[in-house]
Amino acid sequence: MRLRIEAEKQLGNFHFSINADITDKRIGIFGESGSGKSTLVHMLSGHLQPDQGEIFLDDDCIFSSSRALNLRPRHRRVGLVFQKPSLFPHISVSRNLFYGYRRCRTEHRKVTPDELITVLKLEGLLERGVRNLSGGEKQRVALARAVLASPRLLLMDEPLSALDDGLRFQIIPYLKSVTEQFGIPYIFISHSVVEMQLMTNRILTLQSGRLSQETTPDQLARKTMARSQRGYVNLLELDGATSKGGLFAYRWGEGQLLISDGNSRSSALFELSSRDIILFQKHPEAISARNLLECRVKETFSADNRVGIVLCSGNSQLVAEIVRKAADEMQIKAGATVFAAIKASSFRRLI
Amino acid sequence: MQLAPEDITAIRLSLQIALTATLLSLPLGFAVAWLLSFKTFRGKILLEVFINLPLTLPPVVIGYFLLLMLGRHGWLGSLLNSAGIELIFTWKAAVIASATVGFPLLVRSIRLGMDSINRQLIQAAESLGSSWFDTLLTVILPLSLKGILAGSSLMFARSLGEFGATIIVAGNIPGLTQTIPLAIYDYASSPSSTQMALSLCLVSVAISVVVLFIHEYLTGTVEKRGES
Repeated sequence: MRLRIEAEKQLGNFHFSINADITDKRIGIFGESGSGKSTLVHMLSGHLQPDQGEIFLDDDCIFSSSRALNLRPRHRRVGLVFQKPSLFPHISVSRNLFYGYRRCRTEHRKVTPDELITVLKLEGLLERGVRNLSGGEKQRVALARAVLASPRLLLMDEPLSALDDGLRFQIIPYLKSVTEQFGIPYIFISHSVVEMQLMTNRILTLQSGRLSQETTPDQLARKTMARSQRGYVNLLELDGATSKGGLFAYRWGEGQLLISDGNSRSSALFELSSRDIILFQKHPEAISARNLLECRVKETFSADNRVGIVLCSGNSQLVAEIVRKAADEMQIKAGATVFAAIKASSFRRLI
Repeated sequence: MQLAPEDITAIRLSLQIALTATLLSLPLGFAVAWLLSFKTFRGKILLEVFINLPLTLPPVVIGYFLLLMLGRHGWLGSLLNSAGIELIFTWKAAVIASATVGFPLLVRSIRLGMDSINRQLIQAAESLGSSWFDTLLTVILPLSLKGILAGSSLMFARSLGEFGATIIVAGNIPGLTQTIPLAIYDYASSPSSTQMALSLCLVSVAISVVVLFIHEYLTGTVEKRGES
């Protein structure tokens, strides 16, 4: 999917201006509160008309001030999933789901309701009222409703931020599987770097109503490392756990990782903060951390007064973070070998 | 309880006038509430003031203005007269008086209901392919039902009790334009008719209680939607 947008909008004292041309099926829009994320969403959905400019989805112009063209929201076929699942409270889950499907022209329908209901595990909810659903169930229904309308682009406006951490990461596989299975490109809006890493390939970052850069999730995580409370968040999708001394052992690179909170039945997603990795130049004699990995330094990068060290073992990699003074003292350079110590309890299971 | 045949007619007429005024006002009330709740336009404040004016004016003043407008020499009255329509001192004039006085209550209640609708629901409906009219029928109308019910009940009750404007434009003609409040007023003027006045008061209370029960029941039914 190709999105070309050149638009300006004055909203009171807030001036929004964007000029971007991006091609990907998984686009992210990242920015702090007030950066203009919602303004952009509403421009794309057709609920906010830019003062001037043009918006193209693939080759179709959906807005052009010079041509006095502004396609109405219902003609844009742009699906919306909001932060708070906006389900129609007066009708059942089933009628919510089919609201868009019934209004979608037959030739545009590319999603089979039964298949989608199965993928999102909604079978047991169909006849229920939306008021009795949990937050996660509501968001799954909202996603299904938007997808059943077979949009050519799905806009997800911070769909996870109203959910607690547990639910947040339960929903992500659904978001990914639905959009992948039915081939629906999406724009994912969030101020969470981790969500960007999990959900997107290319990211537009907004700052004070302007496009500040176009980047990748990894570059974004590196750039925000020093400012973020958890540094660079390493996301590890691991499976095939075996039990070892009360811990879960996963194969990783050329060695293994011992993790306290694992899952032996299925694959699991873990996060590990770059700040939870301690580096040694030489093999330490005795340490309490259960993981001591011999790694090669692939590259280093700077973020403010900190240095990110990309560690490799086989085909796997982790990012560790140390202060600049420590990096200078240890003389860490690409190609060097270091030992990384990680406590088994430092890994946080997300899914 | 003592009720004369004219009292029965007054009760029937009161119900007929209140029901007609409410039903006739509903579509316009819904449209005005929608306009005030969902649209931004020049002169919106003026429209709001105009709609709410009957709430602050004495009903007699409203009745007098209606008389000036609908009377034989009024601008609307003369037009209607030339078409052979006579309104003043008929039950239809009482309907107009009740509708005018109760309209702001209807609009305010429906508007409150509409204001409470999450605007993202409207955006969601539109993004799901719903047209403006479709969204109005399938989202805005059902979600405004509580406000519509509350407004209708209020307006119906207000119409039942309408006195000042009605007596000016419809008069107090037993069997023709005399409603419950006007009949009570007549009885209250005569010391020997206390029992008759009291009977009509009791009927008034009974009707109001029934209206409130119906309102509560219907509101409860509406609130239960979406739960199962």
